[in-house]
Amino acid sequence: MIQPIHSSSGPGDYPTYEPGETVALFIPCYIDQFFPQIGEATARLLTRYGIPLAYPDEQTCCGQPAFNSGYWEEARGVIHHFCKAFEPYKWIVSPSGSCTAMCRVFFEQVDPDERIVGVGRRVFELTEFLVNVLGVTDTGARFPHKVTMHSGCHGRRELGILQQPLALLQNIREIDYRELPNIEECCGFGGTFSVKMPGTSLAMGKSKVENIVKTGADVVTSVDISCLMHIGGMLRRDKATRHIRCMHIAELLVQE
Amino acid sequence: MGSDQMHLQGAPFLKAENAGLYEPAGSQSMGIAAERSTRQNQELIAAIPYFQEWRRAASGIKDYAIGNLDKLLVEFEKNITARGAVVHWAETAEEANRIVLQIAQEHNVKTVVKAKSMVSEEMELNHAFASAGIRALETDLGEYLVQLAGQRPTHIVTPALHLSAEDVGRLFADKLGEPYTAEHRELTAIARRHLREEFVKADMGMSGCNFGIADTGTFVVVENEGNAGLSTAAPPIHVALMGIEKVLPSIHYLPQFLNVLARSGTGQKLTTYTHLFHGATPGRKLHIVIIDNGRTKILADPKARMSLFCIRCGACLNACPVYRRVGGWAYGWVYPGPIGAVIVPQMVGLEQAGKLPFASSLCGACNEVCPVKIDIPHQLVHLRHRAVNERSPMNLWTERLLWQAWSWMFRGRRRYKLAMAVVKMGIRIAPFLPWHPDKLGAWTRGRELPEIPPQGSFRRWWRTTGANLKPADRNTP
Repeated sequence: MIQPIHSSSGPGDYPTYEPGETVALFIPCYIDQFFPQIGEATARLLTRYGIPLAYPDEQTCCGQPAFNSGYWEEARGVIHHFCKAFEPYKWIVSPSGSCTAMCRVFFEQVDPDERIVGVGRRVFELTEFLVNVLGVTDTGARFPHKVTMHSGCHGRRELGILQQPLALLQNIREIDYRELPNIEECCGFGGTFSVKMPGTSLAMGKSKVENIVKTGADVVTSVDISCLMHIGGMLRRDKATRHIRCMHIAELLVQE
Repeated sequence: MGSDQMHLQGAPFLKAENAGLYEPAGSQSMGIAAERSTRQNQELIAAIPYFQEWRRAASGIKDYAIGNLDKLLVEFEKNITARGAVVHWAETAEEANRIVLQIAQEHNVKTVVKAKSMVSEEMELNHAFASAGIRALETDLGEYLVQLAGQRPTHIVTPALHLSAEDVGRLFADKLGEPYTAEHRELTAIARRHLREEFVKADMGMSGCNFGIADTGTFVVVENEGNAGLSTAAPPIHVALMGIEKVLPSIHYLPQFLNVLARSGTGQKLTTYTHLFHGATPGRKLHIVIIDNGRTKILADPKARMSLFCIRCGACLNACPVYRRVGGWAYGWVYPGPIGAVIVPQMVGLEQAGKLPFASSLCGACNEVCPVKIDIPHQLVHLRHRAVNERSPMNLWTERLLWQAWSWMFRGRRRYKLAMAVVKMGIRIAPFLPWHPDKLGAWTRGRELPEIPPQGSFRRWWRTTGANLKPADRNTP
């Protein structure tokens, strides 16, 4: 198993959560619109641990698509909007490694303003919040299926998220976890990369799909549904792989 | 550099992103070889608990060296000149070519044997030699093969990564008249036999330079085949090409770099040969050409300066999922892969190579393996920002307008909902469209669109159900 070699914010420097503190949910735009069940699973999961939740209704997007495309000026306005919505909250949790990395690592590049950077640093990815902040590695879930995990690059390389989802998955009752060969290679999604360089993106996706098939899993999970949107889109295109479902890890962790 | 730039514009990556890139551009073995190399290097590195310390140290030394280039280069010049070398300074590739040709012509050179040098590729030196009627022969096996085949290197360390043993067998049969074989040992023997005579006959030898050491006036060349040793020792004149970023402050730091270079590059603990040239050998001539060729442009951008730390090990190429599939030629210039996508646009200008920083999924595999910790993915995003704002093929008012509209839409809840409703409608009608334009077509070329959830959005669920969820009656564990 690979180890995170480089991370901007390694484990160990997590603040302490005091019981009763409100956690604001950051539900990224594509989850809000296309995968609401992931947001729901996230909310139900956190509520189980007695956490009062808030959902700032003004939230839209973290600005990552524009930022990664070079349009930092356009991203800045959206980031400011994001920070206005989330500023009142001490804790912000999101079911996405990639969007969390955007907030925590890249806000600084777009606007070094202390308040903006401060809001960004308060965003945590769901599994790292569970494991590193709450100290939960077993959610008591049961999921009797063959499951493999895709590790999103942004979450792993920018935030060092890998062991957290693995630990949570391996503690699920009756799960048949299959390690994905070549887990460290990118699936080829890369946000706008997937439509700017579709040929290369699909060639990378093809290898990922082949490796998923090799595991014999029926379910592919990840902390990032954005990668799974691309991988799942390819899986559904082919009759032979259509039966393989893509599920966010939060959906697995709430199964009872 | 004229011909390079033409080549750059003709590169498939830059010309049509969609064409020919679905399948790997090189031979399939190339991607496999690159992947294998990364795995071997990582295994080797994993065996050393303090490897990350070495990386940090190497990165810190480079940081100091690049920040003090002005002083260190002058110190290097002073010290190596005192040991009998002649130092030349070249601002551009043309100037460097002129200097090398002048040295050759002064000594009536007819044949040159060359050890591997990426700077010489930058300069297109072999063309310059050819037009001056001088025969230049690459002696690094990979470079030799690529030169025989009339191609360009696909990789900065393993130039013939794209050629299989069968390809080489056919090449030797075709160009050298040797009987066909795909046996590695026999192929090596053929190359050795042909190259050996050349070393003895050559009037001038050339090499690159891995490190130029300021405090002792030493320069270092690492290699595996012995060809650099022969190229620099057999002929009466040795001309070394050195990029300005190659200087190190002190010989005490050399082991740090030797430790990380071979491990990251070829998966060896140390290269077979490490040559330290302490000035000219008595009775022989040593010339060093120190070349800028666009490097000071990188130095001028503090956010991008880190890319000058590069020691050309090639680890980022091997680790890059994009490089593994499209190969080195697709990038269109001498330096391919992630580091190429960072330094080439700065060296030749964003106007020429502004698309290169976009040839990445920003996965960060490059940064993970870089022995001097160059923050390549962050540099790529920085260069994307520059590319859409400065003169470059990526600075398009149509795209700017699109992102401005996006930015406006995402700065308000109602506008956002409206935009999303439009997107969803688009997805619903997409199956009925006779063809899919632009980005939609790019997505559906090999992927299904996401399904529209029947229950509506998350925020709707939150309003009706989520907001009423009661936190469980237990404290946080």
